[in-house]
Amino acid sequence: MIFGMDAAILARAQFAFTISFHILFPAFTIGLASYLAVLEGLWLKTGRTVYRDLFRFWLKIFAVSFGLGVVSGVVMSYQFGTNWSRFSDIAGNILGPLLSYEVITAFFLEAGFLGIMLFGEKRVGKGIHFFATCMVAVGTLISSFWILSANSWMQTPQGYEIIDGRFFARSWIEIVFNPSFPYRLVHMVLAAYLTTAFVVGAVGAYHLLRYKGNEAARTMFSMAMWMAAIVAPIQIFVGDLHGLNTLKYQPAKVAAMEGHFETHKGAPLILFGWPDREAGETKYAVEIPKLGSLILTHEWDGQIKGLKEWPRDEWPNVAVVFWAFRIMVAIGTAMLCIGLWSLFLRYRGRLYETTLFHKAALAMGPAGFVAILAGWFTTEVGRQPYVIYGLLRTRDALSPVSAEQVAISLGLFIVVYGIVFTTGVYYLLKLMRLGPLTGTPEGGPGEPRQPKRPLSGSDIPLDQPE
Amino acid sequence: MGIDLPLIWAIIIAFAVMMYVVMDGFDLGIGILFPFFPETRDRDVMMNSVAPIWDGNETWMVLGGAGLFGAFPLAYSVILPALYLPLILMLIALIFRGIAFEFRFKSNRTKPWWDRAFAWGSLLATFIQGAALGAFIQGFKVVERGYAGGPFDWVSPFAIFCGLALVGGYAMLGCGWLIWKTEGDLQKRMYRLMPRIGLGVALCIAIVSLWTPIAFPKISERWFGPNIYFLWPVPALVLACVVLLIRAVRSKRELQPFVLTLALFILSYLGLAISLWPNVVPPAITIWDASSPPESQGFLLVGMLFLIPIILVYTAYSYYVFRGKVDEDGYHH
Repeated sequence: MIFGMDAAILARAQFAFTISFHILFPAFTIGLASYLAVLEGLWLKTGRTVYRDLFRFWLKIFAVSFGLGVVSGVVMSYQFGTNWSRFSDIAGNILGPLLSYEVITAFFLEAGFLGIMLFGEKRVGKGIHFFATCMVAVGTLISSFWILSANSWMQTPQGYEIIDGRFFARSWIEIVFNPSFPYRLVHMVLAAYLTTAFVVGAVGAYHLLRYKGNEAARTMFSMAMWMAAIVAPIQIFVGDLHGLNTLKYQPAKVAAMEGHFETHKGAPLILFGWPDREAGETKYAVEIPKLGSLILTHEWDGQIKGLKEWPRDEWPNVAVVFWAFRIMVAIGTAMLCIGLWSLFLRYRGRLYETTLFHKAALAMGPAGFVAILAGWFTTEVGRQPYVIYGLLRTRDALSPVSAEQVAISLGLFIVVYGIVFTTGVYYLLKLMRLGPLTGTPEGGPGEPRQPKRPLSGSDIPLDQPE
Repeated sequence: MGIDLPLIWAIIIAFAVMMYVVMDGFDLGIGILFPFFPETRDRDVMMNSVAPIWDGNETWMVLGGAGLFGAFPLAYSVILPALYLPLILMLIALIFRGIAFEFRFKSNRTKPWWDRAFAWGSLLATFIQGAALGAFIQGFKVVERGYAGGPFDWVSPFAIFCGLALVGGYAMLGCGWLIWKTEGDLQKRMYRLMPRIGLGVALCIAIVSLWTPIAFPKISERWFGPNIYFLWPVPALVLACVVLLIRAVRSKRELQPFVLTLALFILSYLGLAISLWPNVVPPAITIWDASSPPESQGFLLVGMLFLIPIILVYTAYSYYVFRGKVDEDGYHH
């Protein structure tokens, strides 16, 4: 025990810490890869240099983010064994291949096309280069496919049989396409797109605040706001479907999200409150009568199960799930508002002139990242105490390691990630602040550099000369 | 008899690990040599020589780890907890030196710090890899499909010796690589360094080759039983490589020292495989015990057979693109 925490809690904290750090970079690069494909496509189609400048600008940022994502991802691929070896043994027959396929597809993409995309603008023809960019975009989506399939299987397992306490694959189709997978995949990919859109929008807004005539800034701002206006409502709709799917397969998670301890007919929608796990009630609840049932069952008097339907040792940490869910929903709503506001301003012809709106868009820059983390906390904390829902408890998945070992490694990760990623993010912000340059040299930013090194896609110095 | 999937997978993973050892070996070796070459100009050349390719080298490690999880989940779930602290330290060291690679080229004032991160990261990662190998040869205590030893069971004189030996080995690979890739004064200094490291490493190989059969009776049986009649070429070839290496350095051959060092590594690796076969977790878990069922191994094999040739072709291509000599501005074509 370290500070009253045992190895299981520390290992969970370590996984939460490392994966929260990691997810930010892939989430951003999934969206950015698709955005780059769109930019290059528009450039080839229209021949307007503004698209080429934007492409080269975001390509540098993509390179650095991708590099940081790879670095933090290496740690993830070993963590299943170091901290969760019982889990690796019990479920390895099923999750091993799924996770290995993610590695395989990611490498395939890296080996084949990333080098051409980053460094090959002058070495291959325009068509091949565009094809490589598209393949990188598709590759990031295929990576998400496998990771989300593996995660969804742990939430809604099927297609397996258990022999001597270990999982064996019975049908790969059923395993890969498990019930929550389609919803989770679409929800996550849209979240990645929205995250990228709001970062692009914030960078555009930043440069518009400095000079409203900046053509590149206007173009990227406009594109980002279209994304916000179109994708935010779709995401809310998909999120609702995902919620209904969760209600069907993981009703206890939904009860925690809603803060319901008692089973109700015609349950209220609790807007805010303080779910008290010990007392078994949500204190200081601000609620709207009947709305909870209407949203979840589409009936005024639909029945919603409360947490008390399950034994107390199967409850997740209600307060974390409850609040993480509200943060996600609040940000989603704010994104929708920005999207609607942009439509209104566009209609009035004042999209590039309204300083207040640009400030709001700038402030919303990191919103997508917060929403993604909040969403993952909702779904991951919400499925506790299980790691494979209903079948394997998190505690039984742990490695035979001591609390001291896990605490030491957790401390090391915090220090090292602190140094490495602070530098990385500082550098990313520096690139964003510089903005797109017109008349960048032929051949793109990485032209004099080499393939296989995403970070060298940028040659802007990290610090000032002596 | 059908296809022996566990055997195929053992070969794939052994191949991935070997590719990793020899390829990341020489770029880690360059970090190990850093303290001997304090001049920024020399360091620029040394780093430029591997800058385009080191990242691809590390993909073999991830491939080996992922393959082990997919094909031999039991081995994965025993070895990783047994080597918990050293592996975490190694990952951290690799992160530091990987990032240092990139930020060193972009930095001015902070450059000495990235130099340190690169050199220490390389040294630590190498030492741990060697020590982990030593611990692996010693074997792990396993009860009911799980690691049952303590957090520091891996620490032993033998493991520490293996760690130091690998530091020498990687430095030798790095030195050989630089003889091939540089010219002028830097190359001359590498030529002078090579025989010293080479003799040290040869001594280490000899000590490990004697230590293992003495300490582990099973390994002694494997080598000194009737098998000796067809195993004797392995040590004989090692000896031949060392002799040829010294001669190649004397007559200033550029490529031979590196190739002969590679040969030394491959022979040592082969010797190790002979010692441990067919265990995937010494002393008692064989590749067949640790296998995931055929439906899992088969499912994954489809993807691997598709991928490995592509990685190989791509790797060969990038080495071809960055052929020839390097200077402080990188490769020129």
